Amino acid sequence: MDTDQIIARLAQDAPARRLPGPVARAALWISVALISVGAVVYAMSLRPDLAMMMSDVRFVIEQVSALLTAATAAVAAFTTTIPGRSRAWIALPAIPLAVWLSCVGYGCVAEWLSGSAGFQSDWLCLPAIAAVGAIPAVAMVAMLRAGAPLLPRTSVALGGLAAAALGDFGLRLFHNADGGWMVLVWQLGSVAVLTWIAGRAGPSLLRWRHLDQPR
Amino acid sequence: MIFDEHGERELTAWMRAAQDGDHAAYDRLLKTLATGLRPVIRRRRPFLQPADVEDIVQDVLLSLHSVRSTYDPDRPFMPWLMAIVRNRMADAARRYARRAENEVDGGEFPETFSPVETKDTQADLIDEEAVALAIDALPAGQKKAIEMLKVRGLSLREASAASGLSIAALKVAVHRAVHSLRKTMRGMS
Repeated sequence: MDTDQIIARLAQDAPARRLPGPVARAALWISVALISVGAVVYAMSLRPDLAMMMSDVRFVIEQVSALLTAATAAVAAFTTTIPGRSRAWIALPAIPLAVWLSCVGYGCVAEWLSGSAGFQSDWLCLPAIAAVGAIPAVAMVAMLRAGAPLLPRTSVALGGLAAAALGDFGLRLFHNADGGWMVLVWQLGSVAVLTWIAGRAGPSLLRWRHLDQPR
Repeated sequence: MIFDEHGERELTAWMRAAQDGDHAAYDRLLKTLATGLRPVIRRRRPFLQPADVEDIVQDVLLSLHSVRSTYDPDRPFMPWLMAIVRNRMADAARRYARRAENEVDGGEFPETFSPVETKDTQADLIDEEAVALAIDALPAGQKKAIEMLKVRGLSLREASAASGLSIAALKVAVHRAVHSLRKTMRGMS
């Protein structure tokens, strides 16, 4: 098909509804995702010591920074699918992520200094975080596909980070493994693994739509 | 920059109108972009054939169309457009490099088989006939591949479209065919 024919065909298509901005889309995503996480937490039953944990400053900071990491990673992910936006947005989740890591790191050091560092295998964390974050992850990919796949690995990795951080936020509401090393290795480790897997899957999940259709 | 300030304002206005459902404005926008993009692509990729340049222009237009909902009318149009253009040109460059890397050089058929007989018209005729016979003796798949790619001079993509075979299968077939032909011709000489 020659270029003029393509133009004539494209010009006849119905206008596309404008996408809301990245912040509005992130707000919509996190609302849907929190409902899904809430349903899983409800199904699994809240941990019995949650009220007591709410007075633990470290626990509260870790949970708030996990939630903020999810929100900012979602904003960054959606921004990367808008042509012409600055790539500096990719660094947005770095601040809450740094707070989250520092807080967990502080817990590890404190445990080590007090000689109370305990570590055991908790392989359940990875599938549990994946399960809690599954619906948010699917919703994230569906929403990212409405944008432009300019940086598919980065966009999906940021989306994966958002879903995994939210998954860990939900996990800690029903799973009581709060030791610094446990959280660092099994929970943040799982978040890192899931983010990496998401990034690898990026080019398969986000493609220019017209490349899959015959011209 | 592809367009001057006035041109950019016009494009922005057309894009906004297109988002509001003005088909004529969208048609004007796409036509103006196609005209403006060709020299830019030719300048940035001087080694490309005209057909490859046109491929990129079409790719940009289709890409722009598929993500037209991401344009925010409160923002300037050119940074949005150029992000798409850069992305599609980078993808095209990767495709071009991959294609160049994977093309199989089947080698040239020798015009004559003995330098001493170069002037011998009769020998040329015999060689041509020998090549034709050797091609005829190839298995059907290899024969088809060599005829399309080496005799008719089709590109891998064209041959794949014409035969229904994958590009990889064509490469393998032509490689094997050239190997067989070399062996046959060596045996004859």
